[in-house]
Amino acid sequence: MDFLVFQYPMITIQACLDGLLLGILFALIAYGMALQWGVMNIINIAQGDLVILGGYIAYFMYLYGIHPAWGVIVSPIIMYFVGIAIYKLVINKVVDRDLFISILATFGISILFMQLMNFAFGADVVLANSGYGTTMLFDNNVVLPNSKIFSAFISIVFAICLVVYMKRSKLGRAIRATAQNARAAKILGVDTEKVYAATFGINAALCGVAGALISITFTIHPYMGLPYTIRSFMIVIVAGLGNLPGVAMSGMGLGIFEEFADYILGTEFRIGSVFLLLVLILVYRRFKLSRKREYLK
Amino acid sequence: MKIKNILITFVSAIAILFSTSVVSFAKVVGDKIILGAAISLTGKYSSNGVHTQNGYNMAVDRINSMGGVKVGGKTYKFDIIYYDDESNPKRAAQLAERLISQDKVEFMLGPYSSGLTKAIAPVTEKYGVPMVEANGASRSLFTKGYKYLFAVLAPANLYLDVAIRTAVELNGGKGVRIAQAFEQDAFSQDVRLGILDAAKETGSEIIIDDKLPKELNDMAATLVKVKQMKPDVLVVSGHTKGALTAIRQISEMKVDVPMLAMTHCDAAKLSKQHGANSQYALCASQWHKTLTYKDDFFKDGMTYAADFEKEFGYDPPYQSAESSAALLVFKDAFERANTFDQKKVRDALAATNMQTFYGNIKFAPGGQNVDKPMVLFQVMCDDAGKCENKVVAPLKWASAELIHPVPKWSER
Repeated sequence: MDFLVFQYPMITIQACLDGLLLGILFALIAYGMALQWGVMNIINIAQGDLVILGGYIAYFMYLYGIHPAWGVIVSPIIMYFVGIAIYKLVINKVVDRDLFISILATFGISILFMQLMNFAFGADVVLANSGYGTTMLFDNNVVLPNSKIFSAFISIVFAICLVVYMKRSKLGRAIRATAQNARAAKILGVDTEKVYAATFGINAALCGVAGALISITFTIHPYMGLPYTIRSFMIVIVAGLGNLPGVAMSGMGLGIFEEFADYILGTEFRIGSVFLLLVLILVYRRFKLSRKREYLK
Repeated sequence: MKIKNILITFVSAIAILFSTSVVSFAKVVGDKIILGAAISLTGKYSSNGVHTQNGYNMAVDRINSMGGVKVGGKTYKFDIIYYDDESNPKRAAQLAERLISQDKVEFMLGPYSSGLTKAIAPVTEKYGVPMVEANGASRSLFTKGYKYLFAVLAPANLYLDVAIRTAVELNGGKGVRIAQAFEQDAFSQDVRLGILDAAKETGSEIIIDDKLPKELNDMAATLVKVKQMKPDVLVVSGHTKGALTAIRQISEMKVDVPMLAMTHCDAAKLSKQHGANSQYALCASQWHKTLTYKDDFFKDGMTYAADFEKEFGYDPPYQSAESSAALLVFKDAFERANTFDQKKVRDALAATNMQTFYGNIKFAPGGQNVDKPMVLFQVMCDDAGKCENKVVAPLKWASAELIHPVPKWSER
């Protein structure tokens, strides 16, 4: 236990800002998961692996001399089609089945992706340098890498675009209708098959954006996908499906929680603390639920 | 129908019998000494696994083409059976069993990483199969009393020991304030123990002692503490991801620290991935091509590096060099034992005392190599941004002078 974070106010501010910027990025990944979970009732274990694949696209652009920031445009386009392909090959066969089947199927996709990425790109840890520099605040006591600020900014832009798209466009309305009641939407002429494919594609595209941002801010590695899956799962569990402001808030909350856990418990418990929080929240929800039931009696 | 079934069963039974009898060749077939190795060709260690395999293959080709191994007046050639352990310790142990009990291999080469070597060592020990390994440096491998395990490399606790001693020396013999961050794995924790020992002996103080997770890609929290507490030395060990993350975040957060020492810089291709940002980083290494050790097969480090590059197209990391050295040790031991009796070969290995291009090799009773110090190199860049690793310690091998303290970010 180390309470340094509370002894120096500058560290507290640093932790909050770091967590906030990180949380916004998590929220973007979680939003994709919430979307396809809500529409198709599928929990995508391969979410984090799609993120990493998106990161590799930006990394390869960087290798060929293109600035990796362009990855946030190119990566989602490629990933959209990857998403559609995964849907056509695997997901459409499990979409109406038991939740367990879909978890198993996406778990398989996850393993396949990890091995394929390892085979194609090698097991080396890689990163793309943006050369964005650093912002210093409070007399140089708080430092924010501009790449993190850039990531958060781009995440917000994509989230807003998506919300507007869901509200205004025809496909967006069809997606929301399918989420509410797939059967009724089908009867009323919505091509649910197309909607499912598009949803999975949009989810993969969001992962592509997030991956490109992660390759700029952190590092990528074929086996680093799982922590991102877990975080987005956690955020969606807390926020609930179809609750976008909730996803944004719980994403940022998780980011800050992780940073503080890092300072107080130590970096080795960073991911562990997320698991712990997940268990606590599930127990709390169950507790609340059981009280409600008693009241109904 | 029934006859057909019986026929199929009969034919497949014969096929199985035949296939197993083909696979199960013994240790020495004709003029070949067959060694077994489980190597990570896929999975998270695959890039270092391939470096290891290339190192083994390079030495096998070289020894075979230069006359092979002379035992009992007859000349033998080396051959290696490889299996892919998928970077998975359980799989590695299974494969070791398979190599020994099915393929009847009587001599083994080590896998990549301390973790996998730890998984295999009990198996080779059980069957009394001598294993020369080149990529497992964890101290715990050498404290279990293994009799058949020999490591050509220096143990992990010595990796950054020399960095602390150098810092103390530069501080006029007074203790320094150390900040350290280590991954939670066998190797890095051993490096940490080495630092603790060095700190105790030199009267240094450890002011930050962080542990890093396996999924490490963000160590901002540690670096914020470093910024506030201003230690004299920052030590980081977390394989390639630790080295890459540290340099990225130190440069982004403009963390000023007089000495930065790490492991796995050359495997992480630090100077290539980070360019001038990696300048002044000190890196622990088992080997560097400019060291002047010599042998009859590879001549010296520079020749080895040139030959390796010609064959595989890249500059050899130390993982390849130490793997090649393992074969030289086997050859030497076979010739001194003058027999293929496992016990006698084991005794010959234990009595090894030789110099290879990679360094001197002499085994302690625990199996670790005690005759080869670690070297420390520093990343140095010219004005055009081209970076090179130059050996700075120990002084005997230094090809450049250590730059200390590291200039502040505001002055770069």
